[in-house]
Amino acid sequence: MISFDLLVAICLVYVIFLFGVAFWAERRAARGQGGWLRSPAIYTLSLSVYCTAWTFYGAVGYAARSGLEFVTIYLGPTLILVGWWWTLRKLVRIAKTQRITSIADLVSSRYGKSNMLGVIVTLIAVVGTTPYIALQLQSVTLSFAVFAPDGVGPWRPTDLDSAALTVAVGLALFTVLFGTRNLDANERHHGVVTAIAVEAVVKLVALLAVGIFVVWGIAGGASAVLERIDTSGLSEMPILPGRWMALTFLAAAAILTLPRMFQVLVVENEDERHLATASWAFPAYLFLMSLFVVPIAVVGLAEMPAGSNPDLFVLTLPMAHGREGLATLAFLGGFSSATSMVIVAAIALSTMVSNHIVMPLFLHLTRSGATISGDVRKLVLRARRVSIGAVLFLGYLYYRLTGGSEALAAIGLISFAGVAQVLPALLGAVLWRGATRTGAITGLVAGFVVWAYTLFLPSFGEGAVMGARLLAEGPWGIGWLRPQALFGMAGLDPLVHAVVFSMAANVLVFVLVSLFDFPSPMERLQGAQFVNVFEHSTAAQGWSQGRAEAEDLLLMAQRILGAEDAQSLFQRAAVAQGLQGYLPEITPEFLQSLERILAGSVGAATAHAMVGQIVGRSSVSVEDLMRVADETAQMMEYSSQLEAKSEELARTARQLREANEKLTELSVQKDAFLSQISHELRTPMTSIRAFSEILMTGADLSSGEFRNYSRIIHEESLRLTRLLDDLLDLSVLENGQVTLNAQPVMLHDLIERAVVATARLQGGQGLMIHRDPEAERVELVTDGDRLSQVFINLISNAQKYCDAGAPELTIRVCRTDSAVAIDFIDNGSGIPQKSQAIIFEKFARLSDPRSAGGAGLGLAICREIMVRLGGSIVYLSAQGGAAFRLTLPLSLAEAA
Amino acid sequence: MARAPLFLARQGYRRRRLADMARLLPLFGLWVFLLPLLDADDGLDAALLIYLFSAWFILIAASALLARRLCADAQTGDAEGPRSR
Repeated sequence: MISFDLLVAICLVYVIFLFGVAFWAERRAARGQGGWLRSPAIYTLSLSVYCTAWTFYGAVGYAARSGLEFVTIYLGPTLILVGWWWTLRKLVRIAKTQRITSIADLVSSRYGKSNMLGVIVTLIAVVGTTPYIALQLQSVTLSFAVFAPDGVGPWRPTDLDSAALTVAVGLALFTVLFGTRNLDANERHHGVVTAIAVEAVVKLVALLAVGIFVVWGIAGGASAVLERIDTSGLSEMPILPGRWMALTFLAAAAILTLPRMFQVLVVENEDERHLATASWAFPAYLFLMSLFVVPIAVVGLAEMPAGSNPDLFVLTLPMAHGREGLATLAFLGGFSSATSMVIVAAIALSTMVSNHIVMPLFLHLTRSGATISGDVRKLVLRARRVSIGAVLFLGYLYYRLTGGSEALAAIGLISFAGVAQVLPALLGAVLWRGATRTGAITGLVAGFVVWAYTLFLPSFGEGAVMGARLLAEGPWGIGWLRPQALFGMAGLDPLVHAVVFSMAANVLVFVLVSLFDFPSPMERLQGAQFVNVFEHSTAAQGWSQGRAEAEDLLLMAQRILGAEDAQSLFQRAAVAQGLQGYLPEITPEFLQSLERILAGSVGAATAHAMVGQIVGRSSVSVEDLMRVADETAQMMEYSSQLEAKSEELARTARQLREANEKLTELSVQKDAFLSQISHELRTPMTSIRAFSEILMTGADLSSGEFRNYSRIIHEESLRLTRLLDDLLDLSVLENGQVTLNAQPVMLHDLIERAVVATARLQGGQGLMIHRDPEAERVELVTDGDRLSQVFINLISNAQKYCDAGAPELTIRVCRTDSAVAIDFIDNGSGIPQKSQAIIFEKFARLSDPRSAGGAGLGLAICREIMVRLGGSIVYLSAQGGAAFRLTLPLSLAEAA
Repeated sequence: MARAPLFLARQGYRRRRLADMARLLPLFGLWVFLLPLLDADDGLDAALLIYLFSAWFILIAASALLARRLCADAQTGDAEGPRSR
């Protein structure tokens, strides 16, 4: 048999090796070389703190006592990890954006940074974890005892206690050394995590080695083991459905709510993608850890003498077969399981205790403010170190008090049920925006009280805390309040009973109170950020414009982050704002980011309170929330306005383009007109000059010639006058200088006058005019002379331009209540589409100017007259020829 | 304000269904793990043990495949640079 001293020596060497590994990892991480330290493999292995000594030794004992039930402890976490897409991913993202330091911090931060909740969760965690730490100490000492020769030498039960104390002190030392090295929880504990990963490998290898030895070394192969299972006592242990479901649920809850699991799973997570790897790798680890449990239990039950502790089969089986090396490996595996759990649990608990109990107390006691001098970092670190010592001492105390008598599994399950009370508040925090602070507090308290009443206190045994009478008859003899048979449900397994009632009370109170409660603005702000973390990872504003002094803030930040870090942080912020020096403007954004960074060191609630002390106002108001919502609404409004604006712009651009085209065309026409009008003016002037010269010089002219030449000069000057009249007329009309002479007239008379005038002008050739005298009997109050000028213009246009063989003009009159429409439609080829837009412009003339003899002013004059008369003239398309419609009010006064 | 589109291209659609699968897997696991309860009167025998561990193994394998695909998709989807694995 391996000597006890040698075992102790091996154990010491192993511990020194772990210290070395942790130290080396810290060094590498500090130098930035720790690339593989942040690998998904290390992350997955660190999750193995779930597998404590309870798993390592206890699972076999559990299997030997109750069959397959032990496996539920691993099935629950498997389901949660496999379902990482549901919750874990969200938890990790939230923890990153909010700089969450522990599960208490998450719950407190979500429910309006309420420190009350932080305290409650911390207390539950301490109460739930202490027995668990005792369990680890117990298992280590028990495994030592296995190697100690009975009653020989210095090894006695008292020494067991001192061994437990030594282990506790050693663990405290390790945890303080590597767990409280740095304050910022974002700089994760590389040393601890790496050491734990090493321990994870050791315990897996050890258990697999023992399993392989048992199956192939003792039982004689896999099929032989299966045969043994069928015939063993385990085959008479049926699955109890109630316990099976309750245990699976508890284990699933535990992986989320156990402080140490939250620490390694969420807080120490470096990268969300590591979670993807862990989602299958950690279940695989659990799978391997439990693969040989049943074979070891069955073989142990068969091989070992009756009455031997099945919890220790992993050690005693190899020893009984003289495999002391294997037994030592198994011992180291068990030792690793126990120590890694205690270390991480102590770190997680100390963070919670210092952030949620010590720091708030400190802030409360030094009410003068967070600005007094002194380094808070030292205080926080000291608080954590003391907390670690206290937690381990509590564990040791519990171990001493209970005397290490109970089966390992029972304590573990009681712990699980205790911390599972945090589950509703936790899930509500990340999934339900309606969950409120009061709801969470009352739910937690209700669940915790029921758990303590039905499971925790009775677990100390009859007469310890609860008297036998209380257990049997209930308080004051009220039967349906019996701790282990609430509402008379005595047939239930105590654990199932406690889980069902505590969770029911918890969830019911939590949901009901939340439904009827109205949350504070801070809760609503945090709730939205937690539940919708994937939608907006950027922070909503938690601070209104404060009147904080930058100097005070810097002073405080220095005390938490250290002078150098704080100064560089402030300097960066100042530079980002475009300022010189160390003091940035105290904007809400800056306050928000500062609070986040502080939260990484002292927890959200404390950081919020500290910043609040300096800013002078510690929470957002409803107005601030409204403002945030308003800003969003305004942004939406603004963007839709932009959209409308850009549409309008596009429309305007199109109009401008059209106007530009028109202008270009007009300019071309103007040039053409100028050359034409000069020509037009020149032609009569030339003949006038020529004939007047003849008249001046030639005395030998006949009277006929003389008359003829004078007539030509007269006609040409008339033509000139007409042209100039037109120009003058248009200019007068356009300038609005015209005076209208409105009087009652008959439309028929006006048209008649126009037709007669044009017939005389043209000599009555050709144009056939269709009229409807009945329709023309419309009495108008307007300027008759101007209107007939328009008619004359339109009729003479038809005479000039209608290119039909037998030109015809139809004049149609159509009367409405207050207006009359007069259409002039000829049977020519009309005006091409592209020219319709410019025919009313000055100087517009479509065909060869020589052929018509006008100056292209007619229609422009018409339009001006019609506008003056309160009507309009438009070109009608698709009437089988050129068609113009005049619209005119019946009375000029009505139009004005 | 950018709203999430109602319909996605094939690749995006696949990624969503992959996420659906990731959500459904634990429910499948729960069903598989609770199945032995229906015939709970029998004690622990080799067949039950083999069933449970096989189911467990299949669940782990499915989860591994799914996690790999989800990660690869997330990387190409976010264009976060070359794949690290």
